Amino acid sequence: MDISKRPQTFERQKGFSNTVRTEQVSTRPATYYLSGAKIKRFKMLEESSEPGWLSEEVKTGTTIIAIEFDGGVVLGSDSRVSAGETVVNRVMNKLSLLHDKIYCALSGSAADAQTIAEMVNYQLDVHSIEVGEDPQVRSAATLVKNISYKYKEELSAHLIVAGWDKRGGGQVYVTLNGLLSRQPFAVGGSGSAYVYGFVDAEYRKAMSKEDCQQFVVNTLSLAMSRDGSSGGVAYLVTIDEKGAEEKCILGNELPTFYDQ
Amino acid sequence: MAAYMSAGRSANAFSTHDFVPEWAQEEVSTGTTIMAVEFDGGVVIGADSRTTTGAYIANRVTDKLTPIHDHIFCCRSGSAADTQAVADAVTYQLGFHSIELDEPPLVQTAANLFQQMCYRYREELMAGIIVAGWDKRRGGQVYTVPMGGMIVRQPVSVGGSGSSYIYGFMDSNYKPGMTKEECLHFCTQALALAMERDGSSGGVARLAAITEEGLERRVVLGHQLPKFSNT
Repeated sequence: MDISKRPQTFERQKGFSNTVRTEQVSTRPATYYLSGAKIKRFKMLEESSEPGWLSEEVKTGTTIIAIEFDGGVVLGSDSRVSAGETVVNRVMNKLSLLHDKIYCALSGSAADAQTIAEMVNYQLDVHSIEVGEDPQVRSAATLVKNISYKYKEELSAHLIVAGWDKRGGGQVYVTLNGLLSRQPFAVGGSGSAYVYGFVDAEYRKAMSKEDCQQFVVNTLSLAMSRDGSSGGVAYLVTIDEKGAEEKCILGNELPTFYDQ
Repeated sequence: MAAYMSAGRSANAFSTHDFVPEWAQEEVSTGTTIMAVEFDGGVVIGADSRTTTGAYIANRVTDKLTPIHDHIFCCRSGSAADTQAVADAVTYQLGFHSIELDEPPLVQTAANLFQQMCYRYREELMAGIIVAGWDKRRGGQVYTVPMGGMIVRQPVSVGGSGSSYIYGFMDSNYKPGMTKEECLHFCTQALALAMERDGSSGGVARLAAITEEGLERRVVLGHQLPKFSNT
């Protein structure tokens, strides 16, 4: 595997969490082993002279989407990471590489999601060497699912896994809360609530690659304009037999709608 | 179609009062989807028909489109009791005002009456209301008065718990200058999408078109609603 394509580790990122279902977060037990949030909270009790955003948990209210087409997949995400009301990173790429032709979209607690992605990236490397060929998308999704399920009380991250392999073509898998399910397309993150109606209405079977890319860009644009926790630029990754193509669409190039 | 699981929903398996069903202790709510659209010559309003007490559907054929005056309606979301009480009070006040004026009241007047009441009693009330209608001065108008008591006029507005899911659809599909039939079709689709996704919305879709000529009501039954299958 190409070393230069390894996912970056962002030491400065503290974490981001999915704010869609606040009920989920509030009923969760207080032990957060894998996320930095617990440590941050204790710090807040001792010294209150620092700005609020330093002691707030870093959240990426997010919008992520992945969709299959015949011959590959398209993944998309926004780029906003917030801590309280501050945006700590406005250009974060939430589409993380798991293997050459398998990517995952991160949402929920950033620390948790990035850690899962790194772990699975390592495990997939080992697995692909063992079998001597490119791993299946289903294998990557299963590895993510295993971690999500085993640590489901401690983690609050949701990864959508999508990619291309020669056995199954383009595939999209959701791993929310430790389930594993293949779907024609999937949306996630806090911004996804606002676009369920749009994607239900606009999705058609057997769309072409360009149609899928346009669908993803439109969905991201709508969600980013309605969700305060999503914004910035739109990142797109298109994966097919030939490889993965990354693209970034700046804010002013995104499609606009009747009230903008 | 994303797999959405609400893992954190608190379902009390053993209630302290087992002789009274759990839903009888819950407040009656119209978790709901309501919307209103302006067009040249009037407005189209729509709502679902589900009223819930907790997980029990108390009324599956509710009419959430309440007449306030001949050409002014309101769409109610939030607590059923609160919205009914506020709507009754405003209906009385508007009727009185209209007699004093000796002409049909303005939609803006009705909307401001709602806003004053919702703002004054904002801590006690849980009411999100969309006021829509036609008057001679400004034609079709839609005013939204969400919880908290603000007021703003918009060409198209959605409200209620199901509204979150259709903001994207509304933004992309609404175009200024639609005809009455196009507005009705747009509302039907939006309500169907929201009812599909929101557990607190469902039943039938009730629509009404208000123009200078008067009122035209429609009901779209469950099996007649547009289907958006993506499996």
